[in-house]
Amino acid sequence: MERVLAAFVRALRAAGSPVSTAETIDAVKAVAFVGYGDRQVLKDTLGAVLAKSETEKHTHDALFELYFNREAPPPEALEDAGQGDSEAEFDDLDVESLMNLAANGGRNAAAAIEQAAAAAGAENIRFATQVPHYVRRTLQLLGIDHLDQRILEGLQKGKADEKATQAMMAARETLQRRAREQVQRYFEIYGKSATENFMNDVVANRKIEKLSEHDQARMHTLVAKLAKRLADKHARRRKLKNRGVLDIRKTIRRATAHDGVPFDLAFKFKKKDRPKIVVLCDVSGSVARYVGFLLMLLYALHEKVADLRAFAFAAHLFDVDETLRNNEFETAMTQIIRMCGGTTDYGKALSDLMETENSDIIDRRTTVLVLGDARSNYGNPRLDLVREIADRSKRIVWLNPEIPSLWGFGDSVINQYRPFCTTLTHCATVADIERAIDDILKAYD
Amino acid sequence: MTIYQIPKPLTSIDGITEALASVGYISTQAISTTIYLAVNLRKPVLVEGPAGVGKTDLAQSLARALGFPLSRLQCYEGLDETKALYEWKYGKQLLYTQILKEKIHELTEGAGTLEASLKKLGDFQDIFFSREFLEPRPILRAMEQKTGSVLLVDEIDKSDEEFEALLLEILSEYQVTIPEIGTIAAQVPPIVILTSNNVRELGDALKRRCLHLHIGFPEQAREQRIVRARVPDIGQHLLEQIVAFVDKVRAEKLRKPPSISETVDWARTLVLLHAEELDPRIVQDTLGVLLKRQSDIAEIVDKVDELLVEAVAPGV
Repeated sequence: MERVLAAFVRALRAAGSPVSTAETIDAVKAVAFVGYGDRQVLKDTLGAVLAKSETEKHTHDALFELYFNREAPPPEALEDAGQGDSEAEFDDLDVESLMNLAANGGRNAAAAIEQAAAAAGAENIRFATQVPHYVRRTLQLLGIDHLDQRILEGLQKGKADEKATQAMMAARETLQRRAREQVQRYFEIYGKSATENFMNDVVANRKIEKLSEHDQARMHTLVAKLAKRLADKHARRRKLKNRGVLDIRKTIRRATAHDGVPFDLAFKFKKKDRPKIVVLCDVSGSVARYVGFLLMLLYALHEKVADLRAFAFAAHLFDVDETLRNNEFETAMTQIIRMCGGTTDYGKALSDLMETENSDIIDRRTTVLVLGDARSNYGNPRLDLVREIADRSKRIVWLNPEIPSLWGFGDSVINQYRPFCTTLTHCATVADIERAIDDILKAYD
Repeated sequence: MTIYQIPKPLTSIDGITEALASVGYISTQAISTTIYLAVNLRKPVLVEGPAGVGKTDLAQSLARALGFPLSRLQCYEGLDETKALYEWKYGKQLLYTQILKEKIHELTEGAGTLEASLKKLGDFQDIFFSREFLEPRPILRAMEQKTGSVLLVDEIDKSDEEFEALLLEILSEYQVTIPEIGTIAAQVPPIVILTSNNVRELGDALKRRCLHLHIGFPEQAREQRIVRARVPDIGQHLLEQIVAFVDKVRAEKLRKPPSISETVDWARTLVLLHAEELDPRIVQDTLGVLLKRQSDIAEIVDKVDELLVEAVAPGV
């Protein structure tokens, strides 16, 4: 029984659920206690011990259904019955038994195919493309080669033995189908989520401009995951206890209850504020894609950020809060790009920000996040306004999607803006954007 | 060490469900199984879920059903040992010192030197740090109960990490160490229930030590039973409509979906208004009882007609 549970825990870990050894031991104890007569009770028990959050519970429930499948016994249970688990020890069956298995089906067939699949090492499957390989090995271990040989002989003999040959071919097909189902099941349990996680990692690190349509869809789930991860990481405002500094007034006040004797010391502490972020996005041409992801991520985080104001600009600056809130993301993005149309002018955009009533939103708690390539078509960069922003705000973070070797060439004025930026980084992938936002949130912790 | 006898209702999962039902808490298979495991494996239970689904109520009903005293600890940021475990009664100690000045003078009468007086006093040094001057707080109180108790640590996600570390030590050994007195071990381990609204991620160590139970919004049959238990004189037809409607509302995108307590309040309101069945007008009038945010109310008030039609249509 321990092996069944151990394999189940392995499958959970492959699916991304971090189950510790201590929990595995608890699971064994708990199952020993409740027994495994009642399926629902077993499911609840394992869920209570192995799954410690809502997402983990979903994973666990799905895997439980797959693993403790009603028809076939769990992949490891048969190992206890005494079969060895190295390939060499598996006895292949002779042709008559194979034909019987194929014809009768039922539990015997399932058990035999199970054992063969386990012996073939199908639990190591990771990718869907490996399925045919493991099916082949399973069938070989079952002894399909003998059957194939007989079929070949039968075909060569021709019409004489036609019926028998047909029967053998039908049996072979059945066996192949069932073996495939079995290996597919192994893939569902052990391989699928590993593949998902792997693909997510690949997409996170691929350059944004190289993403295809297919990847775009994956983006939404990825961004949601990133947002959750960031939100969890920066979840609480910490009250920094500044242990060196005694708060005299508070201590004396507390001491009055004890006749002036200061039993209770009070220390000064600073409250950390929730972040205020003002985002300025250049929505011209190549930068537009990055803007999409940045805004998606920031809006997913909107609960953790006290005040998020987003502006998009090309020729003029526009407030995009309304648009993003009222529309679906894709339509909002097209609308925004249309609204801001024209050639980019950073100076004009900055003056729209600072020389109108909008300038009030920048105060000493604000982080100004600029996403753009600083290509201003040889317009006036308005460094005076940037200096003003740098003075008034907490920090300026500039994310530049262009490769660093092109900075400063042509109409790029990024090098002039550089002295005013607290951070200037090149961001090309979603992982970069995530890191930048993580840094911003960390500064507020 | 006395052998601890587990009380009758806790010896089977169905027993727990019945015991809880007898005090008005409608439990599910998952809830009862987890409580059963918690008691028999001596592990604490971490209950998570949206607000108002009956997490705190579970602990209270359990205490009522078993006849155990309930020790409740409400967590907040900055909660520390003195509020959670124990505190010395400083005031009482000072007072007694003053009052007993005379007696102390008598005691040190015979001693000639300073050293001798100190030695005489030394024999009584522990007098002011005895059990009498100890103010037990909820956790210590729960440990000291002779016949079992229920310890509810409410909203543990609102506390900070230092408190979690404190709790970890206590929950693994079920004993409290007081330097002046010694170690107080729980004779009967209390049933520990921790609730969390998931405002922040709890530390891994604490999570791994507890059994985890997630209570979500109930399905219609269970919700009907719960409302029936709280509002006994509601009509069956109205009850079905209410529960179906709330179910549909929860499927909408709201900032705060209505929970069970809101459904119960709404049912009570409608009974008070002598409503026989739901119609759009009465729903719109009483929507404020069900939804607590203006933005949510604004969102739903236009959709009341269609939601009502969907909810009332049988089995579609």
